[in-house]
Amino acid sequence: MSQRHILALFNDFEEAEGAIRALRAAKIDGFNFDDLTLKSPIEHHEVEDILGERSAPVQRFTLVGALMGGLLGFFLISGAQANFYSQMKGGKPIVPFPPNFVLTYEMFILGGVFISILGFLICAGLPAKRSPLYSAKVSEDQIGILIKAEDKAIEKIKSVFVTFEALEIQEEAGK
Amino acid sequence: MKDIREDIAWAKINQDVLKSLENPRKLYWVILFAALSIFSVGVGCEIYQYNVGMGVENVNNPHVWGLYIATFIFWIGMSHSGTLLSAILHLMHADWRKPIYRFAEAMTTFSLMTAGLFVMVHIGRLWQFYYSLPYPNERGIWPNFQSPLLWDAMAIFTYLSSSILFLYVGMIPDLAIARDNIHAGWRKKLYTALSLGWEGTDRQWRNFRVTYLTIACFLIPLAVSVHSIVAGDFAMSQQPGWHVTSFPPYFVAGALYSGCAAIITLFIILRYVFRFEEYMTLPILKKTVRLTFAIAMVWTYLNAVEFASVWYSHDQASKDVLIQKATGPFAPFWWGMIFCGSVVPFVLSIKRFQTNIPVLFAVSLLLNLGMWLERWMIVAPTFSHGYYPWTWDHYQWPSIYAWGMVFASFGWFTLLFMIFCKVFPSVSMYEVKEMVYHRKLHAAKGGNNSQGAH
Repeated sequence: MSQRHILALFNDFEEAEGAIRALRAAKIDGFNFDDLTLKSPIEHHEVEDILGERSAPVQRFTLVGALMGGLLGFFLISGAQANFYSQMKGGKPIVPFPPNFVLTYEMFILGGVFISILGFLICAGLPAKRSPLYSAKVSEDQIGILIKAEDKAIEKIKSVFVTFEALEIQEEAGK
Repeated sequence: MKDIREDIAWAKINQDVLKSLENPRKLYWVILFAALSIFSVGVGCEIYQYNVGMGVENVNNPHVWGLYIATFIFWIGMSHSGTLLSAILHLMHADWRKPIYRFAEAMTTFSLMTAGLFVMVHIGRLWQFYYSLPYPNERGIWPNFQSPLLWDAMAIFTYLSSSILFLYVGMIPDLAIARDNIHAGWRKKLYTALSLGWEGTDRQWRNFRVTYLTIACFLIPLAVSVHSIVAGDFAMSQQPGWHVTSFPPYFVAGALYSGCAAIITLFIILRYVFRFEEYMTLPILKKTVRLTFAIAMVWTYLNAVEFASVWYSHDQASKDVLIQKATGPFAPFWWGMIFCGSVVPFVLSIKRFQTNIPVLFAVSLLLNLGMWLERWMIVAPTFSHGYYPWTWDHYQWPSIYAWGMVFASFGWFTLLFMIFCKVFPSVSMYEVKEMVYHRKLHAAKGGNNSQGAH
């Protein structure tokens, strides 16, 4: 079966929340709940209660980035210091830990920040192409629910949107 | 009084902020022209210094560091305001910061850029700027990794790049708003490219929230480390008056202090120039003023600690420098620092002045004058009165070219800042919407909405 997108715009979050709960309860044939995307002008923490826990693994990138940055910093500096043929140390430690800690710390943060940003872009799917249905109203004051579903499910989904007073419903043309 | 009206329509927030990108008051152009003119003075001075040589700065032994390094520290300090408002207050859920944190973040970035210029100007040989970076030179020898000056280069690079990324990431949802609402032209292309296709999906918001929080957590220790390392440039030397344990916290407090004072100055300017009266409200200004007063008192205390440490240390050379500061040729500036930094802020503790815009504007400028003097009084007097009498030189005075470049740095910073505010939204639209939304929810639940959702 071919799949299509449908976007409904709501006046506020409560109406959109009601529509999502109804769609989940309706168990419509041809519609997978994971194919529902909520679009909003601000972040709604409450969305996790309705959509269920969806992962945000950015912090794994952060951990890897920070550790890699710190290790890179430490070994880069130590590697340079350990080149004692060209740097006479006069009995002082070849790799002095206290001063090296400062640069390791800076590199730890630098790695953490850079790789967190990379992780954010990967996890959030950015840069992204404009989705098939989009309304600029979502960046203003309306809440959008974008759904990808099979043709046979579209009418039932639409009726749920209408029940919850969707302001506007956009539909992708059939293929 | 409420920090912000909860009944502002979200569409109006978009309109008001986007209008600031295209239609500021005439004063904007006056400020921009003035900033450009002031900056041109510095360009002229730098061209002259570049052609003639570092001698024109009129800074010679024993004054190896002069106005340039003092001003470098001043601008590094100024940068800490953005971290305070964006990161520290974000983690503390102080939602009153939301309408003003964006320009504070921009301040951070542009202050660091201005500070970086002074390193180059101080070196003199601009084409050899890369000598200050950690890389092996032509003899295959790496620079001294145990020097705080090298740590400084690394810390500032980390802080600048992280601040730019933090500013940019936090702006992505607003860039998408601008993309969706602005008419076709170069702006539309710019916002389309920079917003990276943001559509405000739950996936994007979820990852955005985690990323923003994570970077905020990194930025706080980073900001502290940057100014501690700058303090280390002095405290790790053996120079009289600098070898003080309390220097790192003293520098960090001074940095937050000058940053907060600058936020008050720019708050007042932006509020008028971009017609942000509904967002940059007097209750928010009042909170910023109270925060500044608290930090001023911390700085005053740490200043007293520094003097006491020197006085009771029985280190005669350091004590002599302190006496020199208070009674020698630098005395007017040193006492000026004490007056501007420790006495003037008491105006901020008087309730009726906490929302008096002309008074606050004048006070914020005086506070920053005090903070600039503080940096100069750290750098210059120590060099003028070293360990040995034959190194003393109390009457060396920076040349007009050096003063010209210091003066111009304010023009350069203002120029960058004002251009930023005209090209990018200086009030975070989505965060103001969040603030309004959460306060409305809180009020609906019967909470005290003047205190906000948090």
